[in-house]
Amino acid sequence: MNITDLTLVETIKALENKDFSEEELNKAYLDRIEAKNADLNVFLEVKKNSKGIPAAIKDIISTQFIKTTAGSKILSTFIPPFNATVVDRLLSNNISIIGKTNLDEFAMGSSGENSAFGHTKNPWDIAKVPGGSSAGSAAAVAADLAVFSMGTDTGGSIRQPASLCGVVGFKPSYGKVSRYGLMAMASSLDVPGTFTKSVADARLVMGWVSGSDGMDSNVQEIASPSTSLRVAMTDLKGIKIGVPKEYFGEGLDPKVEKVIREAIKKLEELGAEIVEVSLPHTQYGVAVYYIIMSSEVSSNLAKFDGIRFGSSREDFGEEVKRRIMLGTFALSSGYYDDYFAKAACVRTLIKQDFEEAFKKVDVIVGPVSPTTAWNLGEKMDDPLAMYLSDAYTIPASLAGIPGLSVPCGFVDGLPVGLQILGKYMDDETVLDVGEAYEQATEWHERRPDLSF
Amino acid sequence: MKIDVKRVAKLASLPLSEAEEEKYSKQLSKILDYIEQLNEVDTLDVEPTFNVTGLSNAMREDQVGDCTIPQEEAISNAPVKKDGFIVTKGVFNE
Repeated sequence: MNITDLTLVETIKALENKDFSEEELNKAYLDRIEAKNADLNVFLEVKKNSKGIPAAIKDIISTQFIKTTAGSKILSTFIPPFNATVVDRLLSNNISIIGKTNLDEFAMGSSGENSAFGHTKNPWDIAKVPGGSSAGSAAAVAADLAVFSMGTDTGGSIRQPASLCGVVGFKPSYGKVSRYGLMAMASSLDVPGTFTKSVADARLVMGWVSGSDGMDSNVQEIASPSTSLRVAMTDLKGIKIGVPKEYFGEGLDPKVEKVIREAIKKLEELGAEIVEVSLPHTQYGVAVYYIIMSSEVSSNLAKFDGIRFGSSREDFGEEVKRRIMLGTFALSSGYYDDYFAKAACVRTLIKQDFEEAFKKVDVIVGPVSPTTAWNLGEKMDDPLAMYLSDAYTIPASLAGIPGLSVPCGFVDGLPVGLQILGKYMDDETVLDVGEAYEQATEWHERRPDLSF
Repeated sequence: MKIDVKRVAKLASLPLSEAEEEKYSKQLSKILDYIEQLNEVDTLDVEPTFNVTGLSNAMREDQVGDCTIPQEEAISNAPVKKDGFIVTKGVFNE
């Protein structure tokens, strides 16, 4: 048995069976990190534990007395005096932190290249980007450098790198998991979530981290008991699955489309009824997102004044400055109504698109990303091209609904993820459909060849 | 759409070099041109969405919780400290 191949559920079972000890478990992962991290640049910091089940944490999630940089030079020495709620909840479930993962600075980016500490590489092809912003968290799971990892998703930052790295990525509904201890990027959009080796693992971790902590007033539900004992769905009889025609238009790589169409056929074979739906305001998603997100960024990042923590604002990287500028402009006197208020209204229409569609279907499926992983450096000089790569993940973020990326095939050796979106707060159905698909396919069992 | 980069940088308290000003001016104009497409959408009778939860005024008791941290830890990341306080520029003594 190769310890680092195991899923979280399998690892817990193996520990219970005393197949190996926690010390052996940690050593197996630390040895692998020792061998592979230099090539992939996944971890900004590695902790050598001998107890607990090792998970990797995106370096924008605060970890008490463990340096947390947000991938930014401005926080290169920042040591949080407290844990984020998600971290506290993991620790109390026998999870240990094996390391903090690289990311686009302050979670701003779609490729992992905006980190002040060098870019992470895609384990499937080290000449390609791993996606972003949770670049290291996705690559950590893809390369078996952690049992699972935590990330954050504001416009696709979990789903997109999960798709590009061939792992399971889950963004829960906004308000399901506390944001306490996350360094805020865009507060009306930020959601913490998971990267795992299986959908069952995502469900287990969500059971631990979901629910109110009294620190995030958008989380009103009491902590839900773990649903890991739920019997997995093996077929999809009675489930209606919507396919939005707007997610298959211009810009979608035909090879990716072919893989997604095959995945949809598989869902149909499993008994689901496939229904075409329309999300007519999809094309405005990126424009709405870049105004709302940047506006919230400009406000949230005003706190970095170099007085209480961090260094001077000169130390912000290029993309962060660009978004602060855009947001400051959109909120400035004379432009607020034309930009911020207008975008907030179109956001309503995007949210209503989903509400209409979900009157007819239980979940919506489509591609996560219009392409597979692209070459490092390819989009760095064209911010708008980079933004457009998130066209299929952004609308769900604006609507606050849950979204899953589950491995569904390959194009020229690079992984493709199927996106499954659900009704607001109906995270379970999304996971159910993902798990049924996963159990009927073998894509999630493929591993990259790391013998470079 | 042209954008007054100098003015916006001042509002954002963001020190920019001349090269950066020029670069951002071009890039932000291009991004704003893309955003112009929102004007195609009729939003006359549409309410804005600022929060998707539908919650408002989530209240709690005004009590000291158990999440307090010692003063020393609370200011541990400040670059300049004196007598247990964070040193900052004066506000009133310009």
